[in-house]
Amino acid sequence: MTNGWIDIRNTDMMLIMGGNPAENHPCGFKWAIEAKRNRNAKLISVDPRFTRTSATADLFCQIRAGSDIAFLGGIINYAIQNNRIAHDYLVNYTNAAFIVKEGFKLPEDGLYSGFDPQTQTYDRSTWNYEEGNDSGAVVAGHAAPPPATSLPPGAPKPLPPLPGKVGYDLTLQHPRCVFQLLKQQYSRYTPEVVERITGIPKDQFLKAADMFTSVRKDGDMKKVATVIYAVGWTQHSYGTQIIRTAAILQLVMGNVGRAGGGVNALRGHSNIQGATDMGGVFDIWPGYLKVPNPTDSDLATYLKRITPTASKPGPWDSFNYWSNTPKFVVSQLKSFFGDAATKENDFCFNWMPKVDRNYSWAQIWDNMYRGSVKGLLAFGMNGVCIGPDSQKNIEALKKADFLVVGEIYPDETSEFWRSPGITADEMKNIKTTVYRLACAGFAEKDGSMTNSARWLQWKYAAVPTPGECRLDQDIVAQIFLKVRELYQKEGGKFPDPIVKLTWAYSDAKRPPLAELLKELNGKALADLTDPKTQVTIKKGQQLPGFAWLKDDGTTACGNWIYSGCWTEAGNQTARRETGDPSNLGVYQNWAWSWPANRRVLYNRASCDPSGKPWDPSRKQVWWNEGAQTWAGVDVPDFKPDSDPKDHMGPFIMNPEGVGRIFGPLAAFADGPFPEHYEPIESLVVNALHPNQSNNPVVKKFKTDADKYAGPNDGYNVICTTYRLTEHYHYWTKNNPMNVQLIPEPFIEVPVELAQELGIKGNDKIKVTSIRSYYIAKAFVTKRIKPMMVDGKKVYQIGIPIHQGYRGIQEDAGRDARTILNRLTPTIVDPNAYTPEFKGFLVKVEKV
Amino acid sequence: MARSWQLKAGFMSEATLAIKKISGHPGPAPGANVERDYQVAKLIDTTTCIGCKACEVACLEWNGYTFTETFFDNSYQTMPATTWNYWNLIKFNEHEREDGTLQLLMRKDQCMHCADPGCLAACPADGAIVQYTNGIVDFQQQNCIGCGYCVSGCPFDIPKFDPTTKKMFKCTLCVDRVSVGLEPACIKSCPTGCLHFGSKEDMSYLAESRAKQLRENFGFEKAGVYDPSGVGGTGVIYVLHDVTNPEAYGGLPKDPHIPWVVRFWKGPAKWIGNLAMLFGVIGVTIHYFRYGPKEIHPRHDNGGKL
Repeated sequence: MTNGWIDIRNTDMMLIMGGNPAENHPCGFKWAIEAKRNRNAKLISVDPRFTRTSATADLFCQIRAGSDIAFLGGIINYAIQNNRIAHDYLVNYTNAAFIVKEGFKLPEDGLYSGFDPQTQTYDRSTWNYEEGNDSGAVVAGHAAPPPATSLPPGAPKPLPPLPGKVGYDLTLQHPRCVFQLLKQQYSRYTPEVVERITGIPKDQFLKAADMFTSVRKDGDMKKVATVIYAVGWTQHSYGTQIIRTAAILQLVMGNVGRAGGGVNALRGHSNIQGATDMGGVFDIWPGYLKVPNPTDSDLATYLKRITPTASKPGPWDSFNYWSNTPKFVVSQLKSFFGDAATKENDFCFNWMPKVDRNYSWAQIWDNMYRGSVKGLLAFGMNGVCIGPDSQKNIEALKKADFLVVGEIYPDETSEFWRSPGITADEMKNIKTTVYRLACAGFAEKDGSMTNSARWLQWKYAAVPTPGECRLDQDIVAQIFLKVRELYQKEGGKFPDPIVKLTWAYSDAKRPPLAELLKELNGKALADLTDPKTQVTIKKGQQLPGFAWLKDDGTTACGNWIYSGCWTEAGNQTARRETGDPSNLGVYQNWAWSWPANRRVLYNRASCDPSGKPWDPSRKQVWWNEGAQTWAGVDVPDFKPDSDPKDHMGPFIMNPEGVGRIFGPLAAFADGPFPEHYEPIESLVVNALHPNQSNNPVVKKFKTDADKYAGPNDGYNVICTTYRLTEHYHYWTKNNPMNVQLIPEPFIEVPVELAQELGIKGNDKIKVTSIRSYYIAKAFVTKRIKPMMVDGKKVYQIGIPIHQGYRGIQEDAGRDARTILNRLTPTIVDPNAYTPEFKGFLVKVEKV
Repeated sequence: MARSWQLKAGFMSEATLAIKKISGHPGPAPGANVERDYQVAKLIDTTTCIGCKACEVACLEWNGYTFTETFFDNSYQTMPATTWNYWNLIKFNEHEREDGTLQLLMRKDQCMHCADPGCLAACPADGAIVQYTNGIVDFQQQNCIGCGYCVSGCPFDIPKFDPTTKKMFKCTLCVDRVSVGLEPACIKSCPTGCLHFGSKEDMSYLAESRAKQLRENFGFEKAGVYDPSGVGGTGVIYVLHDVTNPEAYGGLPKDPHIPWVVRFWKGPAKWIGNLAMLFGVIGVTIHYFRYGPKEIHPRHDNGGKL
């Protein structure tokens, strides 16, 4: 979330799309209700099904699963056409005025400039700004990158840098300025085209577009709209670009950085934000530092590659906060390797793995299926159920040598070897050794959890672990200590990173999470003095925040964005003060929010260029002329002493200093603007460019298990998957209270489709995709209607994910014991590698 | 275990709250009018209910009930109706409005705690149903004879029979919590704040202000408050998007009344019965004075032995 849960109560307008917070985030949804109750805020719900969120909405639009970019692009077009844009914001706080390189081409035919059909990748060198002089005029192009003679295997082709001074046109008239390109790009997304693609009737789309953009009616800047989404947006083969479209819309409307605004991802697990922050995915280190790749022969090369330099109009200023990257990296290496990390040995940079390929979720399972991944340690997740293509995952596990599962219930993953359909003979031939470790539940652990609002909240264990269960971190620690012992005894090819890893916990076998959090916060390794304030931090003291980090090895910090969470004043995440003097729901002293306890990111943008709040009734930060400093009820997300006259951009994490309507160079794999593509399995061809229906850079998986249905394969119904408020993933099927609320799996089917198939509610039906089938009772509902998509009558169905073959009902033989994700295809978004769980093709029949 | 606890809770509440009326009890209620208390009420704003069922679970957990086997029945609704050990149920209805737009109506169903409770009126067992001065209508299972007459008195189909203990059960408005100054468990669990609890006066004000907001700002011209006068008003009031069509909300009766049979039986019929009894006594008395006591004549057919 750019903002936070409580902040939703400050909004005037909510677009909830790709998410169903009333059901999946019921406690957070109270703030949406508060906004309606206290501010008369309006709520637009856009979803393939009429959900319990839609039940509280002022307007509901039923959208075809996977056509979100067309809908949002249509609203951008509507906002521009009807002048419901935030002009001053757009010019000063976004790259709308920047001039894009000659040779850049918009995807009228479905392809941006630079596409190589052989490799299915883009040469992104034209996705850049022109170099300009101080007045913005374009000057001769900057130097091309040095020709890479021999790239190591797995190394990406280097790209030219961003120009230090960009060409720009503050009148937004230059034909190649970002705003004109944006206008051109979405001028194709007319209400008629939106109707053809999304299935939302034109008049209803116009109602939604008018309602959402009404906050900028007549140039008013006081009102604010928010966009709220969840995995209904991420789980597509262009999921990142859907979120990008929302971000562009919010920048065009001037809604980012403001109380009641922003682009707000609702995270599905209590600590999934924390998992991402801590580098839970393969291509980032903790704190969103890019992983090294094989071209990074030493620390200096790596830091040069990943540290951006400012790129902005000459007269403007850009804080370019990522210019501090070397401090974050070196402090992290010091935290990993302690005294072993010295300036002379590049702080052990070469002990860290250099990532030469994709190690994302679907790829891991694919590699296991192909036999190159031999074992899996699975903690806190149920890989077989999560999918996609559960059957492929089961087959993959059959080929593995070992599987370790740390769980609190027997789950489908640890019992893959007796999934339905496996015969006794077959079972004998499964050679995988399965180790089941009894872990601890959330109430049995202390520690911090990071919520969607980026708050780290400390919690205490409520009950001890039962029996011989152990805390997850103890198990991981004990495995690590055993591995280290083996390295110490037997040596090995590369023992240093393991043998010399810092492990200075008071109990090595049971590292207390308090000590881990302190380690993440970071400490001084030498006496440090701030030259400006003369404040001194003594060696060994906890750091007050990331501003203190150094790149010379005198600080250690496990995750720079968490620096400030456990200072000399103690555990900031355990704070529980309920004071809110601003009445904006900031609660500065409740828990601790990264970065630097800021509650709303980019909050400088809540003020006009002169530093005055756009809306005086929602004052977050402001320029204090007398004190020559930024002040606020929130921590200013800005250089504290930057005078508005200097025109420093509010988006300090971008080298441009402004919000990116155009995502240059390597920002995205599939285009600097989002473009509508069809899901990999679709009933219709792309109405914008029939010859390029799908996202061109998305690659299909190639094992014999990976099958994808075309429009003519007989799979004639669109299927989407979702979660119910009554259950939590694959977990609560073990809890009687949840089970009685929704006891059985079901499939939501439109009344009209049911009539066509001759089925009634509660009849057993079979849903088949090209991969597998799923049987459950029919929930015949008016909440999904047939749609007209590009002149074709189309049905959608929805299936909740929650059941499997282990659980109260499953064990009692009371349901079909199948996993929904047997239906879903292994296909992933090219930027975030999230599988396309929404909008695949099936056929439906009566059992 | 759950049930014995329930009975205990009944005693507890008796000790802490003043009783206003007692079923089947001659004379005034003990302690009546001694203690003045404000009327409590629960406000359910169906327009902000998200059907999460937290209230269902909270109700079970507070009252000590556990797992009931349920079955999917073409709905998100947990079961068709409340049961003797499931007092709080959200009723779901996919309602199509006249303009063709769809509503998913979700209404929390439970005892309405009527000001003029039909169950209490119908109950013949002394002390089985009480109404406290704060308006809570509570079943006292230790006095319940399991006759089920309360069912016929209730226009909302709330009292339910437990075949094992042969007693009637229903929502107590968490009388055990309310009597020590806590809100009912359902209120505490509600995540969106669609449930409120307080004095009837405050709740009515809040409900009316919300209905007004819905009419003026959200286009629900028929929004209003459900607090039916046919049962003297209720201790549970609803804000509805369309107060003219309460039936759409899982069968909320439009104009609930205590059935005339119950009224007649406990009113005129009872009076006639009493009168008949009185005449009987008078007749016996007159007979006594006129003819004197009945004389017992010794029998002689067994040799004079009795």
